[in-house]
Amino acid sequence: MKSVIAEHLVKTYRKGEVKALDDLSLDVEEGTVLSVLGPNGAGKTTTVRILATLLKPDLGNASVAGIDVIRNPDKVRELIGLSGQYAAVDETLTGWDNLVMFGRLYHLGKTASIKRAEDLLERFSLTESARRPIKTYSGGMRRRLDLAASLIVQPRVLFLDEPTTGLDPRGRQEMWEVIQELVKGGVTLLLTTQYLEEADQLADEIAVIDHGKVIARGTSDALKKQVGGERLEITVENADIDKASEIIGRISGSAVHVDIRTISSPVLTGSVALMDALRALDEAKIHPLDIGLKRPSLDDVFLSLTGHKAEEEEAKA
Amino acid sequence: MKNAITDSLIITKRQLLQLARVPEVLIFSTIQPVMFVLLFRFVFGGSISTGQPGGYVQLLMPGIFVQTVAFTLAATASGLAEDMKKGLIDRFRSLPISRSALVVGRTLGDSLLNILVLIVMAGAGYAVGWRPTASVLSVFSAFVFLLMFGYALSWTGIYAGLAVRDARTVQNVSFLITFPMTFLSNAFAPTTGMPKALQYVAEWNPVSTMVAACRQLFGLENQFGATANSFPSQHPLTTSIFYMILIMVIFIPLSVRKYKNSSN
Repeated sequence: MKSVIAEHLVKTYRKGEVKALDDLSLDVEEGTVLSVLGPNGAGKTTTVRILATLLKPDLGNASVAGIDVIRNPDKVRELIGLSGQYAAVDETLTGWDNLVMFGRLYHLGKTASIKRAEDLLERFSLTESARRPIKTYSGGMRRRLDLAASLIVQPRVLFLDEPTTGLDPRGRQEMWEVIQELVKGGVTLLLTTQYLEEADQLADEIAVIDHGKVIARGTSDALKKQVGGERLEITVENADIDKASEIIGRISGSAVHVDIRTISSPVLTGSVALMDALRALDEAKIHPLDIGLKRPSLDDVFLSLTGHKAEEEEAKA
Repeated sequence: MKNAITDSLIITKRQLLQLARVPEVLIFSTIQPVMFVLLFRFVFGGSISTGQPGGYVQLLMPGIFVQTVAFTLAATASGLAEDMKKGLIDRFRSLPISRSALVVGRTLGDSLLNILVLIVMAGAGYAVGWRPTASVLSVFSAFVFLLMFGYALSWTGIYAGLAVRDARTVQNVSFLITFPMTFLSNAFAPTTGMPKALQYVAEWNPVSTMVAACRQLFGLENQFGATANSFPSQHPLTTSIFYMILIMVIFIPLSVRKYKNSSN
C-alpha cells in the first residue's frame, strides 16, 4: 500500500512567475523511506509543505495514509509528524516545556503528555538538558528535540525536511542514527535532503528532483546503474602512466581516461577485470599506489541527470 | 469547540511560561510605564496648570494607562513575527488543533500581561498621589474597559506580526504608529493648545476617547481641553466602544485569514 501519494502537483509563486513545482508526482510505499534529493530551490520544501497540509497546490492531488490532503487536512494532521528545516520549537522554553506543550496540543491530557515528554527526552538522550531553555542547546540537540516533538503521537507518516542541514559531522551522524532507529520501528518516512550521502545512507528509494519535477527515481543502486557501470581505476607513479594505460586499455577493451596519475576505464566483468589487471601489472613490474573498482557515486548520478552538480546549483542560489 | 478553547489556553499558558523563563521581559515591560508615570508626574506635572483638584497626576494616570495598553500591541506583533520566522507557526499549523487557537491564545496572554502591568502602574500612580474619586465599581469598570481596549488592539498587533514577519521591523513600525497616536491626543496635554486641524484629529483619536472615558469612570469632571462640542468629546464611552468593535470586526477576520494563508 502507498502511504504517501502526490500526483501532478503544480505550485507557482508570485502570480505564476516562479514555478516551484512543475507537475511533480511521487509516492512512498508504507513502512519505507523515500528520500527526495535535490539542490536548493528544486521544490523539496514545497512538496513537504503540501503533503503536511501547510500549503495548497495550484493543481494536482495528494493523499497521506489514504486521506486526501487538500479536502481533509485536519484528519491528515492527526496522522503525521513534521520536522522542518529550522528547529521549530520555542527557544525560550525548556525542552520539557516544549514537549509537554505539544503533547497537550495533541490532546493527550496532562499526565500522558508529561509521560510522553519524559519518554521522548530519554530516547533522544536529552534528559539531562530537559530543564534548560532550548537557546542553550547545540544545533544537534535542537534538531533532536524538534524530531521528538514530531513523534509525540507516533505518527503513521513522518516528514523530515532537510533534517541535518547546518549540522556538524557529529551532529549529522547522531541524527542519522536516530532516524535509522525510527525506520526500524516501521514508520513511513519521506525525507528531503541535498546531501547525496544522506539519501544513500537512509533511503530505500530516492527521487531526484530538479526545477520542480522528479527527474529520476529508484533505489540508490538502480540510479547508479542508470549512470553507468563500474570503472576500473588505478593510480600509479608518473613513470608508469603510459605502460599502465596500455594494460588497462587492453583489459577493459574500451577507452582509457587519464587524469594526472589516475587511470580509469569502464569494465563489464567487475572483479575478474580487477584480478586480470593486478596480474598484468605485476608481470610488468608496476606497483600501483591505489587500485580498485569504482561504482558511480550519487554525485555522478546527479551530474549525469541534470548536467550540473548538486552543489553548484546551491552556490548559485 | 471545547478543544478550541483548551488549545487557546495552552497557547496562553505557553506565553506565561515564557515570562516565567525569561522574567526580564516582565520586569522591563512594567518598568517602562512606571518610568513614564514618574517622569510625567514630576517633570511636567509642575508646569502644567490644570485647575484639577489633586493636580496633574489625576489627569495623567488615565492617559498613561491607555498609552501602556496601546504599546503592548508591539509586543504582540513582534512575538508573532518571531514565531513565523522560527518556523514555529508551521509546527502549530501541522498539529490537529483549531486554526484560531494560536492567535486567540496569544491575545488572551497579552490581556493577562496587561492586567499585571495595570496593577503595577495603579500602585505606582497611587504612590505619587493618584486618587480616583468615583465608586469602586466605576473604577473597576474603567480597568475592564482598558483591558477590552487592549484586547481589541492586540488583534491589530496579530495582523501586523503576520503581515510583516520580521520581529524588529514590526516592533519599529508599531511604535511609529502608537507613539504619535498616544501623543496626538488628550492623554498628556490639553488639545486646546494644538492647531485647529490637529485638534480635530486628536479629538477623534481613539486614544483620546478612551482617555476621556476612563477619566469619567475615575470620577473626573475636567476633560482636559475637550472642546465640548465634538461628538467624541461629548460621548467618549460610546465612541470608544464603537472603536473597539470596529477594530475587532476588521482585524479578527483579517488576522484569522492571514494566519490560515500564512505559508502561501
